[in-house]
Amino acid sequence: MIVDWEAEFQRTIDADSRIEPRDHMPESYRATLIRQIAQHAHSEIIGMQPEGNWITRAPSLKRKAILMAKVQDEAGHGLYLYSAAETLGVSRDQLIELLHTGRQKYSSIFNYPTLTWADIGAVGWLVDGAAICNQVPLCRCSYGPYARGMVRICKEESFHQRQGFEILRVLSAGTAAQHAMAQDAVDRWWWPAIMMFGPTDDESTHSQQSMTWGIKRFSNDELRQRFIDMTVPQADALDLTLPDPALRWNDERGHYDFGPIDWAEFWQVVNGDGPCNRQRLAQRVAAHVEGAWVRDAATAYAAKRADPGAGQAGSSTAAA
Amino acid sequence: MTQLATTASVPAYVLRLADDALILAQRLGEWSAHAPELEEDVALTNIALDLLGHARMLLSYAGELLGGRTEDDLAFLRDEREFVNCQLVERPNGDFAATVARQLFFAAYQCELYAALGESADATLAAIADRAVKEVSYHRDHAVQWTLRLGDGTPESHRRMQAGVDGLWPYTSELFESDDLLLALVAAGVAVDPVALRPAWSGFLGPVLAEATLTVPETTWAPSGGRRGLHTEDFGLLLAEMQHLHRSHPGASW
Repeated sequence: MIVDWEAEFQRTIDADSRIEPRDHMPESYRATLIRQIAQHAHSEIIGMQPEGNWITRAPSLKRKAILMAKVQDEAGHGLYLYSAAETLGVSRDQLIELLHTGRQKYSSIFNYPTLTWADIGAVGWLVDGAAICNQVPLCRCSYGPYARGMVRICKEESFHQRQGFEILRVLSAGTAAQHAMAQDAVDRWWWPAIMMFGPTDDESTHSQQSMTWGIKRFSNDELRQRFIDMTVPQADALDLTLPDPALRWNDERGHYDFGPIDWAEFWQVVNGDGPCNRQRLAQRVAAHVEGAWVRDAATAYAAKRADPGAGQAGSSTAAA
Repeated sequence: MTQLATTASVPAYVLRLADDALILAQRLGEWSAHAPELEEDVALTNIALDLLGHARMLLSYAGELLGGRTEDDLAFLRDEREFVNCQLVERPNGDFAATVARQLFFAAYQCELYAALGESADATLAAIADRAVKEVSYHRDHAVQWTLRLGDGTPESHRRMQAGVDGLWPYTSELFESDDLLLALVAAGVAVDPVALRPAWSGFLGPVLAEATLTVPETTWAPSGGRRGLHTEDFGLLLAEMQHLHRSHPGASW
């Protein structure tokens, strides 16, 4: 019997079931998922840099432990996501190479610097908060391995967001200098966080196809509005001001109105000229290049174990 | 235990254990996002977190014995000369091989130490040691695996691993030094005699280094002084980085 697999694929999507690695899928669906999952994985590992920047300087041992655990979670998320991408027929090494040569991107938000301790709070509260809005719908994504990975990632992200809120809560209620540090961080991170949802719906190139395929469930503008509606009352609770004079509740819409987004800044950072684009990529490449001899050693050692006689001129071949 | 041991020397001993764990956690934290592969970013951070957890329990206990000092008071408000960690843990990370050598030497020492300290007459120390010994045995295993891979991997990894061993080996002798404080606490059943740990430590490391095709360097140099607050020049910089933010806001909460 000849199965019309394209119809079968679409039936699976339409029934809100999951596509699994061995199922037939259109090549463009596969390519879209690889690009999206890889970009997400790259964001996790690049995101370790701005937060890792404060591990050695965290102002209390409790905060140091929480921050270390958070950065460790991010490395773990990178690992799950690269594994999910590998189920689509690419290797982690290939994806890392695409990142290092600038052919795949990571979230632009990590091209901003963490200048003070309060930035660690703002990153947790705003950046992880925005990421959660983007990621929760992905738990129902049509591709099974990605959807299942996201369930676990979202649980941890929600802890990350709470710890960020908690850092800012303590700073805001602390000394005048601490409060000012918290306000300054929110002033710098608010707009970049808003931009994390990407271009407006009429400008977004990949959105419509991803919606049809059940990869994306809500539009960029819907998610951005959801984030703003969720965050404004939290800012009030923190006694911190969001840097948008146009931000006010609109009874008619049932949402907060907000001011114009500086898309020139967004595109400048996306296209490589943000404050830290060069630094982030250079550090990632340096860690990889400087670690090459370590990975080579592990490979050589494993090969010797598999074949104890090989490549051992002049040294003993004691079996383990 | 004797009254003398309780009032003065127990917190001094606890601080030695705490500072070793805290300073090594601080050094390992510097690896974040710099490891040779993602799995090692996870592993090194995990080890750092374990050590930081031990340090926090020990510092809290020392602070209680000293009368109302918190873990943060002790971590952030003491100066260089008040820290009593061994010099091995404060050595800069160097390359991955040097970090592995430091982990191997130190985790093997902590395994023996905490196994014995589980029998301490001080119930709090015994409980902390019982918990910590399980974690440091994983740290030791991680270091052993990498010592074997690097020592018996490629010519370059062998050269680097041997250099790591050569550079850090002299700092291991300090781990097994005794002094009057230790002698009194060993007699009271509170502390472990470090001299007694050396045979088991050497017995563990010898076969690992041999299998990794590494040699122990001949050296007469045995740097020492950490337990008396004498550190290496690198240590002041480590503390400056670790303490500056906390100290910049006196009395603030975080």
